[in-house]
Amino acid sequence: MNFAFSEEQEELRRTVRQFLEAKSPETEVRRLMETAEGYDTSVWKQMGQELGLQGLAIPEEHGGQGFTFIELGIVLEEMGRVLLCAPYFASAVLAANAILNAGTDEQKSALLPGIASGDTIATLAFTEPSGKWDAAGITLEAIESGGKFTLSGEKMFVIDGHVADLIVVVARTAGTSGTDGISFFTVRGDAEGLTRTSLSTMDMTRKQAKLEFNNVVAEPLGAPGSGWPAFSKTLDQAAVALSNEMMGGAQKVLEMSVEYAKVRVQFGRPIGSFQAIKHKCADMLLEVESGKSAAYYASWAAAEDNDELPVVAALSKAYCSEAYFHATAENIQIHGGIGFTWEHPAHLYFKRAKSSEIYLGDPTYHRELLAQRIGI
Amino acid sequence: MDFVDTPAEAAFRAEVRAWLGEYLRGEFAALGPGNGPSDETGWDVRVEWEKLLGADRWVGLTWPKEYGGRAANLAEQIIFNEEYTRAGAPTRLSFFGEGLFAPTLIQYGTEEQKQRFLPKIQAVEEMWCQGFSEPNAGSDLANIQTRAVLDGDEWVITGQKVWTTLAHRADWCFVVCRTEPDSTSHHGLTYLLCPMDQPGIEVRPLRQMTGSAEFNEVFFDGARTAKENALGPVGEGWKVAMATLGFERGTAFMSSQLAFEGEFADILRIAQKNGSAREPALRDELANAYAGLQVMKYNGMRMLTNLVKRGDVGPEASIGKLFWTTWHKRFGETAMSVLGADALTVQRSQDGDYEVDDLHYIFMASRAETIYAGASEIQRNIIGERVLGLPREPR
Repeated sequence: MNFAFSEEQEELRRTVRQFLEAKSPETEVRRLMETAEGYDTSVWKQMGQELGLQGLAIPEEHGGQGFTFIELGIVLEEMGRVLLCAPYFASAVLAANAILNAGTDEQKSALLPGIASGDTIATLAFTEPSGKWDAAGITLEAIESGGKFTLSGEKMFVIDGHVADLIVVVARTAGTSGTDGISFFTVRGDAEGLTRTSLSTMDMTRKQAKLEFNNVVAEPLGAPGSGWPAFSKTLDQAAVALSNEMMGGAQKVLEMSVEYAKVRVQFGRPIGSFQAIKHKCADMLLEVESGKSAAYYASWAAAEDNDELPVVAALSKAYCSEAYFHATAENIQIHGGIGFTWEHPAHLYFKRAKSSEIYLGDPTYHRELLAQRIGI
Repeated sequence: MDFVDTPAEAAFRAEVRAWLGEYLRGEFAALGPGNGPSDETGWDVRVEWEKLLGADRWVGLTWPKEYGGRAANLAEQIIFNEEYTRAGAPTRLSFFGEGLFAPTLIQYGTEEQKQRFLPKIQAVEEMWCQGFSEPNAGSDLANIQTRAVLDGDEWVITGQKVWTTLAHRADWCFVVCRTEPDSTSHHGLTYLLCPMDQPGIEVRPLRQMTGSAEFNEVFFDGARTAKENALGPVGEGWKVAMATLGFERGTAFMSSQLAFEGEFADILRIAQKNGSAREPALRDELANAYAGLQVMKYNGMRMLTNLVKRGDVGPEASIGKLFWTTWHKRFGETAMSVLGADALTVQRSQDGDYEVDDLHYIFMASRAETIYAGASEIQRNIIGERVLGLPREPR
């Protein structure tokens, strides 16, 4: 038993942290969150060409570096720490894994090298206006006619859908329901009949779009109609990835709180010497460290692709979401009035935490998944 | 990261399994897992069982071989605990002796002391209790008032200890005493080893809310122990006591998570039978309990990995203690919700005494867990000050 990162993995963390501290300071986050695109093209290029981050966990035969989900988790944790504004989660996590899970070898070879290099920004469009995160939420139907598929309907909350060059769409065969008839398709971002509208997101550091499909010609990804296992697995992997990303942010707000509690003086002494504040910080540490344990273990299960993945994905998403949100809320309380201002970064993390908590399903939803998966 | 047994670990696991398969039968198997270190159910049979464990050196698993141990590494210790708990074997009796005192003795004891005490623990011929808390030294443990003075070749101990679990079963007590008369706080304390069977010691049971009396008050009135029965340097007992507390908060509770897995399975079975598993709020609560239980396991594995790398548990042990005690308390409340109206009644013993079943026991006994071995508030102070580096409260 060894529950620690290897020296190479720690080195990766240091490298990524150094890069992100230089390229994604708070000033950059604030600049980019006010832009329509929401990311910096030159930083995105450097991430792909110099560090190979977009292709980190994509197999070598498809143009990636062939590392595992554990390394991917480390990178996401560091990105979450600085609230990196970039379509990384959409492209390298959601779309890349959907293609790996659903695509044929030929499709993987065609689609993944572009994602791995960063030349292609991709995303996964699955949720609809109903806001459901499961198979039942997929109502957009794929109509087949003469061997060609067309899509009509609406997708919502599509992360970085406004800038994606390639959109992986989860749809269903006409007349099916539940987990039957789930199909993956790919559509170019500029496809005819596709209307993309940027959403005004509560968390301005992560962009989302509404996608309206009006008879959009789409290419099947894998065999149409039997996509549920691949979709379910993609959702589990996404939950694990997001858990790791959240813990990076949670660790950062804990550090902010502790630093402030050491220097802010009231009643003639640092507020961190009062148990009311000290104990808040202690509880935050407990939850942040526990969340990391869950997220790291989940990364391992995802890397091994073993049968623990569905259970640990659900439980880590539930636990880490609550830990992250609680930490960001306490961070505001510990900072007092300054923590409520626009100028202070506390609200950026607070909003990211709540959005991440709800995205892919809230803790109650994930505990219900967990209940089903362990047979409660 | 790797959570799979190495070939050596797999072989060790097979050995443990085979041993349990061979010996855990009849009246021993019938005992089943009990309710933690202070549970006294089936005491005599459990002593017999413990002696079987000791004879094959499962007691003292991690001790060096020259003291009769197996020099097992941490991975093997975990494997043993896993298999032991999975087999539903009886709760161990030796929490205070093997779990707390022995590792402290191995760290601080002289060669003579180790040779004197370890074999008796392994043979289950001597049981131990822990003399730390006093009426005015609870969370402020350093405010110890029990005094010990040298009288020739003997220490003479006078004072009172409290919350002394299983003192009425113990042959020996490791007792922290003030040996420098004018000292205060954590200075001038000495960690003495004192035999219990003597006129200078009186043990009075304290009945708990569970109805049973595993706790005691221990009165020392001129109790005597030999001069050489000081563990560690005279005047530096605080350091030794902190080592014991470190074991209590850290490694000694390693197997708790596995015991809780068993408790969860029991409650789940009841919830499925009485339909509460289908009620959304309770379903959520049960899933939450399960999530917490797994996080506890992951935390434990991370802590142990650090322990192997660094050699000590460190203040992070407080995180583990705070986590499991808080979890278990809420779990006890969940158990009552699952029972529903059945929670309203408890049994009576044959003598008509108030007596609780396993689930009521968890509900009640878990209230003590966030108090003993350093209350949750103390753990938060330790985490705040020693892990996060926050300033101490002015005192």
